[in-house]
Amino acid sequence: MKVIVRSLLLWMVCLGSSAQAALTIEITQGVKGAMPIAVVPFSWEGPRVEAPIDIAAIITANLHRSGRFSPLPERDMLAKPRDPSKVNFQNWSSLGVESLVVGKLRALQNNQYQVQFILFDVFRGTQITGQTFNMRGGRTDLRKTAHQVSDIIYEALLGERGAFDTQVAYVTQAQDAAGKPRYSLQVADADGYGPQAILNSRHPLMSPSWSPDGKKLAYVTFEKGRPAIYTQNVRSGKREKISSFRGINGAPAWSPDGTRLAMVLSKGGSADIYVMNLLNKKLTRLTTSYAIDTEPVWTPGGDAIVFTSDRGGKPQLYQVTLSGRQVKRLTFEGEYNARATLSPDGRLVAMVHGSGDRYRIAVMDLQNGALQVLTDSVLDESPSFAPNGSMIIYATENQNRGVLSAVSVDGRVRQRLVLQEGEAREPVWSPYHR
Amino acid sequence: MNILKKALILAVPVMFLAGCASAPTDTADDGQLGADSGTQSSTAGFGAGDASDSSRGIDDSDSSVETMGLSDGSDISTQSLTLDLDDPSSLLAKRVIYFDFDRSKVRSEFNEIIGAHAAYLAENPGAMVKLEGHADERGSREYNIGLGERRGNSVARHFGLQGASRNQLEVVSFGEERPVATGHDDSSWSLNRRVEIVYLRQR
Repeated sequence: MKVIVRSLLLWMVCLGSSAQAALTIEITQGVKGAMPIAVVPFSWEGPRVEAPIDIAAIITANLHRSGRFSPLPERDMLAKPRDPSKVNFQNWSSLGVESLVVGKLRALQNNQYQVQFILFDVFRGTQITGQTFNMRGGRTDLRKTAHQVSDIIYEALLGERGAFDTQVAYVTQAQDAAGKPRYSLQVADADGYGPQAILNSRHPLMSPSWSPDGKKLAYVTFEKGRPAIYTQNVRSGKREKISSFRGINGAPAWSPDGTRLAMVLSKGGSADIYVMNLLNKKLTRLTTSYAIDTEPVWTPGGDAIVFTSDRGGKPQLYQVTLSGRQVKRLTFEGEYNARATLSPDGRLVAMVHGSGDRYRIAVMDLQNGALQVLTDSVLDESPSFAPNGSMIIYATENQNRGVLSAVSVDGRVRQRLVLQEGEAREPVWSPYHR
Repeated sequence: MNILKKALILAVPVMFLAGCASAPTDTADDGQLGADSGTQSSTAGFGAGDASDSSRGIDDSDSSVETMGLSDGSDISTQSLTLDLDDPSSLLAKRVIYFDFDRSKVRSEFNEIIGAHAAYLAENPGAMVKLEGHADERGSREYNIGLGERRGNSVARHFGLQGASRNQLEVVSFGEERPVATGHDDSSWSLNRRVEIVYLRQR
């Protein structure tokens, strides 16, 4: 398979000015037929010479990263019109550009800013959409606006919702000065910018899971020397111990309505799937096999749970209904299928697919059972769907280091998020709401 | 065998003495141990000794995971009659059981080690052991938590069969989260598929 390394430069533009940006992104496999677009650098009106943030660069990077767009590099632009009425569509058309974004960032009073943009259809010379945002001037808020603009452009041109204004949570492991491992639960923007540790520990952290409103994370911590499940409010940091039974407390997964938490407990003898009502903490046991039953994920309707079990000898994916507890096996292809994640529409299941000594990410159509392997590394794990179902983020090894990657659902576009320090693992893409 | 004798001479529980004194065999007895367990070792071959060492100081109360496995050998001046957790020449100094890929069956080569620890626990009812199960990095993390626990349970079953009380044992699985070797190859993986025997405290 031919690997085209594309445009690291773009990311330098986007992230280079900020030392906080711990993640950079490489597109390791290109795609033909990406939509040609140009995002003209936004004009700046304010007291300072320099704009506080390069909105156009963030939008360009987002669109590029999605694999669905091929943005025109700034150096190839013949003109950088500040005024939408001065756009020469012929010039853009001659560069092969089909869509054009022109915008403006203005400083208002009291640390307020305004972002305006217009998206043009170059061939028709008409406006497709445009919007004005007023916001407070924190760097995070300005980036958020750039992601929102990216989402509007993505949806206007592709007809599906964008997932740029979302976040990703993941676990990092690094060594302290004494060589002891340090684990952190991190939350970053979906483009990898601005990672913030919401929990640091000397003991392993595992299996983060977003609440459906995007406000909390459930996770497993070994801070007391034994596993326990906690939930934590991402903003306030307030946390609550949910489960610390004898044995395994693992793999928490929020129900779609946010009222229940599926989890794995072994207090009954072996690892089984349970569901806890978060209001009264009442437990319902869903599986009773002697096998390892683990990694529950809810179907979008909340009426069934897909999980991993080795009840047939090797780990495979199964589904159990909440009412009736009927179990059916879902995967038959390959000797090892585990760690399911369901697409938001419930039609696809992505998993860790092992054959020989290779563990790769595969996606299966639940209607016809067709399985497609999406990645070609050897130790890929922990797939998680973007909330619009367009991409899957996962963990992999690169040069002996745990790194995060993302792949489009059709497998055509892959990108790597490289951590500058330590190892990253178990990425989970947030839902839409923050 | 000298080392074995030395280490275990006082610890072999009475229940083993009669049957074992003359037959140092490797009796396969899977059925008795259950599907998951390996060959039952004889703790055989150890002569019955003068079991008068019950006050031996095990001072491992706060051992952390990091420091377990090998003792520092600072008090080697152990007499032949002591069964000392800190004696590096003792079988009790061996505290890691290794496993095959995706398996939780205890290989017969580890029966002697488990037998020594089980005998120690039987002799010291106040001693507590945490069996920490681990897996190599292949496969999914939570499945590996399950696998690590299965390995811990497998070792615990052997402990029980060899005289330790289940109340002295706790199984905690760390899955693939605490590798001892960080390479991505067979040699690292085989070191990481393990159960560590961690002495907690003496009641």
